[in-house]
Amino acid sequence: MSTFSRAADTHPLTWRIERLQGQALDLKTYESLEGFAALRKVVKEMSPADVQSLVKDANLRGRGGAGFPAGIKWSLVPMGENAPKQKYLVCNADEMEPGTFKDRLLMEQLPHQLVEAMIVAGYALQVSKAYIFLRGEYVVAAERLNQAIAEAKAAGYLGDNILGSGWGMELFVHTGAGRYICGEETALINSLEGRRANPRAKPPFPQVSGLWGKPTVVNNVETLSNVPAIVLRGAEWFKGLSRGKSPDAGTKLYGVSGRAVRTGVWELPIGTTARELLYEHAGGMQKGLDLMCWLPGGASTDFLLPEHLDLAMDYDTIMKAGSRMGTGLIMVVDNKQNIVSVVRNLEQFFARESCGWCTPCRDGLPWTVKVLQAIERGDGRPGDIEMLEQTTRFLGPGKTFCAHAPGAMEPLQSALKFFRGEFERGIKQAG
Amino acid sequence: MSTAKPANTHAVLATDRAPRYSFHPEDREEILHCIHHYDDARAASIDALKIVQKRHGWVPDEAIPAIAGILGIPGSDVEGVATFYNLIFRKPVGRHVIKVCDSIGCFLTGYDELVAAIKAHLGIEYGQTTADGRFTLLPICCLGNCDKGPTLMIDNDTHGPVLVADVPALLERYV
Repeated sequence: MSTFSRAADTHPLTWRIERLQGQALDLKTYESLEGFAALRKVVKEMSPADVQSLVKDANLRGRGGAGFPAGIKWSLVPMGENAPKQKYLVCNADEMEPGTFKDRLLMEQLPHQLVEAMIVAGYALQVSKAYIFLRGEYVVAAERLNQAIAEAKAAGYLGDNILGSGWGMELFVHTGAGRYICGEETALINSLEGRRANPRAKPPFPQVSGLWGKPTVVNNVETLSNVPAIVLRGAEWFKGLSRGKSPDAGTKLYGVSGRAVRTGVWELPIGTTARELLYEHAGGMQKGLDLMCWLPGGASTDFLLPEHLDLAMDYDTIMKAGSRMGTGLIMVVDNKQNIVSVVRNLEQFFARESCGWCTPCRDGLPWTVKVLQAIERGDGRPGDIEMLEQTTRFLGPGKTFCAHAPGAMEPLQSALKFFRGEFERGIKQAG
Repeated sequence: MSTAKPANTHAVLATDRAPRYSFHPEDREEILHCIHHYDDARAASIDALKIVQKRHGWVPDEAIPAIAGILGIPGSDVEGVATFYNLIFRKPVGRHVIKVCDSIGCFLTGYDELVAAIKAHLGIEYGQTTADGRFTLLPICCLGNCDKGPTLMIDNDTHGPVLVADVPALLERYV
């Protein structure tokens, strides 16, 4: 009988964590727990194309928030003898979406899992170099990842001719210096090149012309961390992990923050309901508080109501309800909060973090904050709410250079829809 | 209009007139080491700024052209990068930098009260440094510690949840 409640075939991302005491898993222990078995398998038994189609078949969708299928992203990279010699894999470890604290866990506790995942993905894409773009504030993760990379290199998992495959790659940690916009994949590439983190126009997409103009894949920490288990256990197993009728595959690191009883992060089958997250895992709202509304996966997702709690937390279901699953870490807003203040806080964040590259975002977001502050004080003017609604369209998808401003508009538009009366209370009546 | 035109038609930056900066030998070596991680030296600009900042607590004006020289890029580009990223300080800061998360997770769990208590305890506002040069206070966006809000960082240490009552004892640990 196992003393551990999490097993490799049900909790592929976190099953090794129970064996730790807050320390990072060292190489020896990681190797004793199936570590680097996936890398051995791919270099001995699989071609890069095999690994790519496996990940595509597994329907692994991007865990950074957008949910784009990783296999399709990979398939756009030029392969074969005529492909550029320099190709890059970049792990987006710039976890800065407010309410998101899952990648920190994976990197601080299981650095070797991410390192192995990147080498396996690097093999599938035949990259020459890979980078972990880590936010500067994750000091512990930086130390542990650098140590894991040094250990992996000493063991022959990195460098030239990895495990006798004739293929080799290097892996580096690049630590950032702040700014939320670095999480946008083209802004991240500019930042990695040592430039201001302004987004780039697409096309060309990074898979064709990314870092230093060469084919580049950018994947989130959690997305990549799934790859070794998919290699070991297969696409069908991965698809079977999800809950109920969810069309998505695998598990998800879900979490709860806000005024709940036991906030935290848990690996659960993708498609788990928000109600289970909040009431079974997080123990419900704190004493004396009721749930007013919740953000399904970060600051840039639309609010949902208590009536939406029974929805499966997967990409399509939450999209149909008018929001986005985003990073899948829900934030609960309790009934003692003033929703206008909550939205003002969110918009202040987006206004400050705008990179300033395009006018609607740079000027529109601070304007939105000023209007919200006036409404919060009770100094709103007639027409302000209509103006805010108009702003959600002017800063919506397609109107700005990147997804920053449209993301900022999601909580605003949903708050106006669900709680219009609260905003109207802040409008000063004429006379 | 002046008839005398500078030979260099680019705007003359304040940093171009700064006194010469000599890297600490260890810093120079570390920057050169970082350059080897990339296929283009420019990519080490953020690393270089962080290395210099680690030495002085901030990035002095004269270090900007020096970094530009070592990377082979214009000083204006280095300054553009230095002023874009909020963890690079272009003004002197205190011995310890307090970064208080002001994003939504901490806002819901007591940010307003916490930051008011810190400001009152230190007698400074955001962006200011205490008269004794001990603390600088800055806001920061979500620290990825939302299950332990309200959260803040002091130097490289993350603390959370931080209650108002904890503030004096917590700050006391940073001399």
